[in-house]
Amino acid sequence: MAIGWYLAVSAFVFCIGAAGVLTRRSPLVVLLCLELMLNAGNLALIAFSRMHGNGDGQIFALIVMVVAACEVTVGLGLIVAMYRRRLPIDVDRMRDLRG
Amino acid sequence: MAEVLFFVAGTGAIAGAIGVVVLRNAFYAVLALVGHLLSLAALFLLLRAEFVAAAQVVVYAGAVMVLYVFVVAYVGGQDEEMATQGSGLRLAAPLFAGVLLVELCIATLGSGLQAIDGDGAPFDPAFGGPGQIGELFLTKFLLPFEIASYLLLIAAVGAVILARRRRGLDDGDRDDDGPLDIPRPRGTGTMAEAVDALGGRPGKPKGGW
Repeated sequence: MAIGWYLAVSAFVFCIGAAGVLTRRSPLVVLLCLELMLNAGNLALIAFSRMHGNGDGQIFALIVMVVAACEVTVGLGLIVAMYRRRLPIDVDRMRDLRG
Repeated sequence: MAEVLFFVAGTGAIAGAIGVVVLRNAFYAVLALVGHLLSLAALFLLLRAEFVAAAQVVVYAGAVMVLYVFVVAYVGGQDEEMATQGSGLRLAAPLFAGVLLVELCIATLGSGLQAIDGDGAPFDPAFGGPGQIGELFLTKFLLPFEIASYLLLIAAVGAVILARRRRGLDDGDRDDDGPLDIPRPRGTGTMAEAVDALGGRPGKPKGGW
């Protein structure tokens, strides 16, 4: 398969994830959609790594996976803390910092 | 054969992504993301990234998704209603995503890169295997490797501190006891049971779960 097809799939997944981040209101699902966008980036990185026959893109993809895991841990910790304090689990109603 | 596998895995990845966005129940969204990650691992295999595909399945679809499932089960995957206020954003978001897709397709497919139409550079059989990845991590990318390990440590400690029980801060959860006050099942002779049997005491009985 030509590398361009992988890039097209990656672009599709990234845009679906971006639409999800903008529309969904539960922070859990927003985190899931962020995962989608990061994975689309991973797919593009690995496609380019294959295109150049060079392993550097795969290293970059592994580092992105590490960063995504960190983001998930901290984000889920925040959601659990919100639930403990009986705050609404809804990004539209968490607007205290918005001024 | 590669074409068939690509189309199966590609449609699986896109369908999983749509499922994550569309499904109302957060639990089903997590399951859709697991399917998406598995088909993405198949795509990685087609791109000769065996080690990354294995890490994707084991770390992502295995470990991180278990974390998600636990948090959804803890918080309660209540069905959210879609945005009632701000319906302008609800209309603008798919529009924005469509514009982004067109732009990305123009940027990648119209970039004039000759190699995009090809099958990729020739590679040696060890390409993408654990040996090559390990060698790169320990020679050329040693500093990012160490920084990533520190980042993981910091994130783990930060998550524990964020999600820990704090006395005096929480509104609910009044019955957080000391670390030695382990709840015991009924009928095992706890002191609380004896006090209850003597005529009750104010407050919540402690012995039961």
